[in-house]
Amino acid sequence: MATTTTADEVTTARPKKPRKQKAATPKPPWWLWLAVAAIVIFCLAPFYWLINISLKTGPDLSGSAIVPPNPTLDNYDSIFKNDDFVHALGNSAIVSLTTTALALVVGSFCAYALARLKFPMKFFLLGLVLSITTFPPIAIATPVFKLWTDIGLFNTLPGLIIPYLTFALPLAIYILVSFFKEIPKDLEEAALVDGATRFQAFRKVVIPLAAPGLATAGILTFISAWNEFLFAVTLTSTPKARTVPAAIAFFTGSTEFEEPLGTIAAASVVISIPLIFLVLFFQKRIVAGLTAGAVKG
Amino acid sequence: MEAASIQAGTPTGRRSRGISERRLAAYMVSPSVVLIALVAAYPIGYAIWLSLHEYSVRVAGLSRWAGPLGLRNYSAIFHDTEFWQALRTTFIFTACSVTLEVIIGMAMALAMHSAFRGQGILRTVVLVPWAVLTVVTARMWQTIFDPTLGVVNAILGTNTVWLGQSPEALIVMIIADVWKTAPFMALLLLAGLQVIPGEIYEAAKVDGATTWQRFRKITLPLLMPALLVALIFRTLDALRIFDLPFVLTKGAHGTNTLSLEAYQTFTANNIIGKGAALAVVTFLIVMAVSFIYIRFVGGNIRGLAED
Repeated sequence: MATTTTADEVTTARPKKPRKQKAATPKPPWWLWLAVAAIVIFCLAPFYWLINISLKTGPDLSGSAIVPPNPTLDNYDSIFKNDDFVHALGNSAIVSLTTTALALVVGSFCAYALARLKFPMKFFLLGLVLSITTFPPIAIATPVFKLWTDIGLFNTLPGLIIPYLTFALPLAIYILVSFFKEIPKDLEEAALVDGATRFQAFRKVVIPLAAPGLATAGILTFISAWNEFLFAVTLTSTPKARTVPAAIAFFTGSTEFEEPLGTIAAASVVISIPLIFLVLFFQKRIVAGLTAGAVKG
Repeated sequence: MEAASIQAGTPTGRRSRGISERRLAAYMVSPSVVLIALVAAYPIGYAIWLSLHEYSVRVAGLSRWAGPLGLRNYSAIFHDTEFWQALRTTFIFTACSVTLEVIIGMAMALAMHSAFRGQGILRTVVLVPWAVLTVVTARMWQTIFDPTLGVVNAILGTNTVWLGQSPEALIVMIIADVWKTAPFMALLLLAGLQVIPGEIYEAAKVDGATTWQRFRKITLPLLMPALLVALIFRTLDALRIFDLPFVLTKGAHGTNTLSLEAYQTFTANNIIGKGAALAVVTFLIVMAVSFIYIRFVGGNIRGLAED
């Protein structure tokens, strides 16, 4: 909320500054620090509250203290002793990694053809891929729920991986097309002149050069699979196949009557850690992938 | 462009051994096409078929044409107040959260664009809400707005049951969504801002344009493509919202969205036909909105398809 006020500051406070110190080396004006502080607080404070809760137990929980008075790792201890949660972590890892691998392999072929080769109905195909990304997953989940119960894929990991491809594959294709387009054609053409086939040029020249793009597509696909929730709750019924998001949504404590907020907070922090690390190490790549295709056009 | 014409029909293409370009394209594209057909097109078709039939899990195996023209499930939906409630909630949620996200995202992008130092760190910070899972986001705001443990009541000195009453629950849901996705908006807009050449602003300054004029006449029009793409992504996402209301309130207190209503119909009430009809209606609404949008930004897609 605080950032809306800074928007006004951005627009109102500006005119004085540049006129006053036209040639001087730019020095950040005070409102910019304020805006930056507001952004940092907006983004991080709520997550800090979650960490804060996860470090509290018993009566401290209801104290709403900003800093845990008696910080303890008991909540973390108890979620790692919770078999359902640990099992869900494993399920999430298997489902997300398999989905990502499949989407990258199949998607890179399609993306290359879309980016480089000439063939009829190309625009139609790209439109199709893009329109799949707009499908509401509920429209897929309802029939698949029925289908999986009929053929026995309900509540299994493959039963999740297959529908995950509905968003993973178009996402991978979309990102890879824009990366493949950025690879200079000369290198490929040189390979062709040297007698390589198109497919060899793709495999030996384009794929190595597209490694950053593949990494970006992989990271974003992995994150969206790790985050997926609708299929995870509609197509599973027991902890056997539940992924972490579903497990967290259905988390109940040792007693039925109280919601174990401390443990839920700890579980939430734990499953956010891999993603926070991905963001820390691959910030540039993720931003490039997210904005691929959005700015050129 | 020039490279494309060289490549098209020159000896290089003919001389390369192996198969023709067209056939190679067919081979490379077909696995994706087959997969998409299997995992997306077929289910949608099946959903339409199911929506036209009476099918309930309770009476397994029973499946017959639902009423005149098979439209009974649809007429049942349209006579259902819960459907209209869910439709209303979905639209209010979408309108409010997307508007707030554009405003806040734009403010963040402008500030980040002006901050010449620490941009990398800022971008990492901004990616945190984006990277936090939606389920975790919901759990997080649940604890923040918790009547007894929450910080909001502690600050305001109230004891409101935020997620237990009607407008408040939806407001919390909007706040949670804005927190998670405004940063995404900011990054898309920031990328758009960074491709605007600085000389344009310099020239405008020389001509005596005010900051507001520069924003209105330069930034906004040049940012339009990025803004439109961000708007589409966000609107379509918001129309499909499911995880936030599921975790926050299970759809109670005026937070039931279309996706959640469909889910509850076919799981909790075991009516697959009606659930499928709701899913199809949700699908049609989302498709209609995306077609409206694509009319405006079709050029972007064409740009990707062309060389």
